[in-house]
Amino acid sequence: MIAIPLRYSVRNLWTRKLTTLLTAGGMALVVFVFAAVQMLDAGLRQTLVATGQPDNILVTRRAAGTEISSAVERGQAAVIGAQLEIAAVAGGRPLVSKEAVVLITLPKRDTGVATNITTRGIGPAGPALRPQVRIVEGRMFEPGSSEVVVGQNISRRFDRAAVGDRLPFGGREWLVVGIFAAGGSAFDSEVWGDADQLMQAFRRQAYSSVVARLADPAAFGAVKARLESDPRLTLDVKRERAFYEEQSELMSNFISYLGLTLSVIFSIGAMIGAMITMYSAVANRVGEIGTLRALGFRRASVLWAFLLESLLLAAAGGVVGLGLASLMQLIQISTLNWQSFSELAFRFTLTPRIAAAAIVFALLMGIIGGLLPAVRAARLNIVDAIRSA
Amino acid sequence: MPVSRPGPLHLFKLILRNTLRHPLRTVLTMLGLVVAILSFGLLQTVVDAWYAGAEGAAPNRLITRNAVSLMVPLPLHYRDKIRSVDGVKAVAAANWFAGVYQDPKNFFPQFAVEPLPYFAMYPEFRVREDEFRAFLRDRKGAIVGRKLAQAYGFKVGDVVPLKGTLFPGTWEFVVRAIYDGADARTDTSQFFFHWEYLNETVKARAPQRANQIGIYIVQITDIGRAAEVSEEIDALFRNSPAETLTETEKAFQIGFVKQTEAILIAVRIVSFVVIFVILAVMANTMAMTARERLSEYATLKALGFGPGFLSALIFGESLSIAAVGSLAGIALTFPVAEWFAAKMGTLFPVFEVSAGTVMLQIACALAVGAAAAVLPARRAIGVRIADGLRAIG
Repeated sequence: MIAIPLRYSVRNLWTRKLTTLLTAGGMALVVFVFAAVQMLDAGLRQTLVATGQPDNILVTRRAAGTEISSAVERGQAAVIGAQLEIAAVAGGRPLVSKEAVVLITLPKRDTGVATNITTRGIGPAGPALRPQVRIVEGRMFEPGSSEVVVGQNISRRFDRAAVGDRLPFGGREWLVVGIFAAGGSAFDSEVWGDADQLMQAFRRQAYSSVVARLADPAAFGAVKARLESDPRLTLDVKRERAFYEEQSELMSNFISYLGLTLSVIFSIGAMIGAMITMYSAVANRVGEIGTLRALGFRRASVLWAFLLESLLLAAAGGVVGLGLASLMQLIQISTLNWQSFSELAFRFTLTPRIAAAAIVFALLMGIIGGLLPAVRAARLNIVDAIRSA
Repeated sequence: MPVSRPGPLHLFKLILRNTLRHPLRTVLTMLGLVVAILSFGLLQTVVDAWYAGAEGAAPNRLITRNAVSLMVPLPLHYRDKIRSVDGVKAVAAANWFAGVYQDPKNFFPQFAVEPLPYFAMYPEFRVREDEFRAFLRDRKGAIVGRKLAQAYGFKVGDVVPLKGTLFPGTWEFVVRAIYDGADARTDTSQFFFHWEYLNETVKARAPQRANQIGIYIVQITDIGRAAEVSEEIDALFRNSPAETLTETEKAFQIGFVKQTEAILIAVRIVSFVVIFVILAVMANTMAMTARERLSEYATLKALGFGPGFLSALIFGESLSIAAVGSLAGIALTFPVAEWFAAKMGTLFPVFEVSAGTVMLQIACALAVGAAAAVLPARRAIGVRIADGLRAIG
C-alpha cells in the first residue's frame, strides 16, 4: 500500500491557518487545564510526602487524625519515649521529640486575609528528626526561651516574620531568630519554637504528638502493636510519611475529581472542534480525494492521511498546552489544608508521567475527533467524488 | 432597475437557510456550546456554593472566638460578661465537635449548642414544636438538618454513633428532630446536640478540658451598632489570658472561604477557560463558513447589498447558533446541578443555580456569538468582488 505523503496533511493544515490555529488553540487550552490540575495534585502530594521521613513514627491520640485535635499526656509520652526500638544519637539520648502543635492566626502580607498557621513546639531532638530542615538565615531558637524560627514560606508571605521581628501570640511576644528551609515540605509553612514554652503560653497540659526515629524501620510493626494494644494508652502509631499522606487525602481527592470532570467536559468541546474542522476539510476536498483514489491510493491511505492531519492538529495543541502548563511551575499556591486546618504552600509540579499523559490525551482527542471525518473521506465513491469537483 | 430593499423577513429567512446548510456542523457547534455553557454554569455554582455560608449569615449575629485561633477555646464565664454588654440581646455557646460518622469521608458539621438561645437566634432553622420539645427532654438528643437526614437516611428515633476526634470515644446521639430551612439558601446539613451533654461527659473524663467554649454566638439588638458592640466585647477581655476576636457572622464565614481562595480562583479561571475553548470552536465554524461563501458574498455585493447587510447575515447566523446552543445549555444546567448536588451529599450544603449565574451564561453566549462573527464579517466586507467571485472554498 502506498501512503499519501505526510506533506499532504501538513500543507493542508498550513493553507487554512486561521482554522488550524483556532482548533489547535482550543485543544491547547484543554491540554493546559488537564496538565495543570494534575500538576497541582502532584505538587500537593510531593510536598506532603517530603514532609514525612520513612523511618520516623508519629504518635497521636487514637482517632484524632490530625495533630491539632490530638493530645498525648505526659505519662503516655514518657512510655513512648522508653521504647527500645527508638534510635539514639551519639550521646545516648533517644531520638524522640514530644511536640505541641497549636494554630495561630496571622494576616497575609499581600491580601490581609487572616490565615491559620501551624505553630509547632518541638523537643531537643526535633531538628535531628527532620534532616530536610536547615537554617538559611539567623540561628536555631534557644531551648527554654521565647524565641521561634519560621519556615521560609511564612517569612515570605507574612509580616513580622523576618529575623529580629516579634510575633505576638499566646499572650507573649516571640522573637524570630531564624528562618529555615524544609526542602519544599509542609514544614516550610510552619513556625517552630520550644515545646514547653508553647505549652506554658497556651496553658496546655498535654503534648499533641510524639515523633521518634526507629533504629530499624522494620521494627515498626512491633512498636505499633505494643503501643496500640497497651490499655493505658489510647494512641495511634503511624509512619510519619503515611501520616502526612493522609493529611493530603481530602484535598488531593477534591483536586483530582474536579480535574477529571473538567478534563472530560472540556475534551468533549475540543473533540467537537476537531470534528468540525476535519469534516469541513473532507467536504472541501471531495474532488481531491476522488483524484487521489483515481491515482491508485487505497481507501486506507486516504483514511490515514486525514487521521494524520487530525493527529498533527492535536499534537500541536498538546505541545502548546503542555508548554503553557510547564510555565505554571513558577507559581506557588498557598491555601488552607482542610484536614490540618492550616496554611500549606505547594507548587505546580510537572512530572514526566503527567507530560506523557497530556500528550496521549491530546492525541486521543485527535483520533476521536478525526476518525469519523476520515472514515467519511475513505468511503467516498471515486466516480461521484471526481464528478463533484 | 433599482434593487428593492429586502425586509427583515428576508434577512431572517436567509440566516435560517444558511444556518441549516451544513446541519452536521451546526449541530456539532451547538453541542459544543451546550457542553461549555453547562460546565461554565456548574463551575459558577460551585463557586457560589463556597460562599453559601456567608450568604446565609444574618447581620444581627456576631461570632466571638479566641483571638489566637479558632482551635483555642474560651472560658465559660465569658458568656455572662458578653451578655452584659450594651446592645447584646442574647448569647449562645457552641463547640465544634468534629466527630466521624462511620468513615472520615462522611463529613458533616456537628455542633454542641445551648439549644434555647441558639435556635431562637436562628429562626431560619424551622423545627416542629413537638419535636423540639422532645429534643429538649433528651440530653442525648440531636437535631439534624433535612438534607443531612436524607443523605444518611436519619429518621426521628434513630441512634447516630459519632467517633470523636477532638473529644475521644464513641458518642451516641438520638435523632429527636429534623429541621427545615426557611429557604433554599439555608444550610440544612448540620447536626446539633446539647452542649450540656458534651460538657458533663468531658467533665467526667478529662476535667481540665471542661467548661471550655469554641465560639460564642452573639445576637445584637441594633444591626447598625455591630462594629461598636464587637469592639466593646473584645475590649472586655483585652490583656486577659484569652483575648477574643468578635466579628459579624458574615465576616467569620468569609474568613473560611478566604483561606481556600487559591482554589476558588483556580475554579474561576478554569470556568472562563471553557468559554475560550468554545469561542475557538465557534469562531472556527464561522471562519470556515465565511471562507466557503466568499463567492456568495461577492455576488451579494455585486447585486448592491451593503456591508450592513453582510454583517447582519454573518452576525445573525453566529448569534442564532450561540443562542440555541446556550439556551439548551442553560436549560440543562438545572437538572445536572440537582444531580450533582445529590451526588455530593452534604459536601455542598447549598447548591443552587443562581439568577446571576444564568445571566452570566447568557452574557458569555452572546459574547462568544458576537466575537466569532467579527473576523468573518470583516473578511466578507473587505473582499473585492472580482476576487470573491474567483475564490473557491
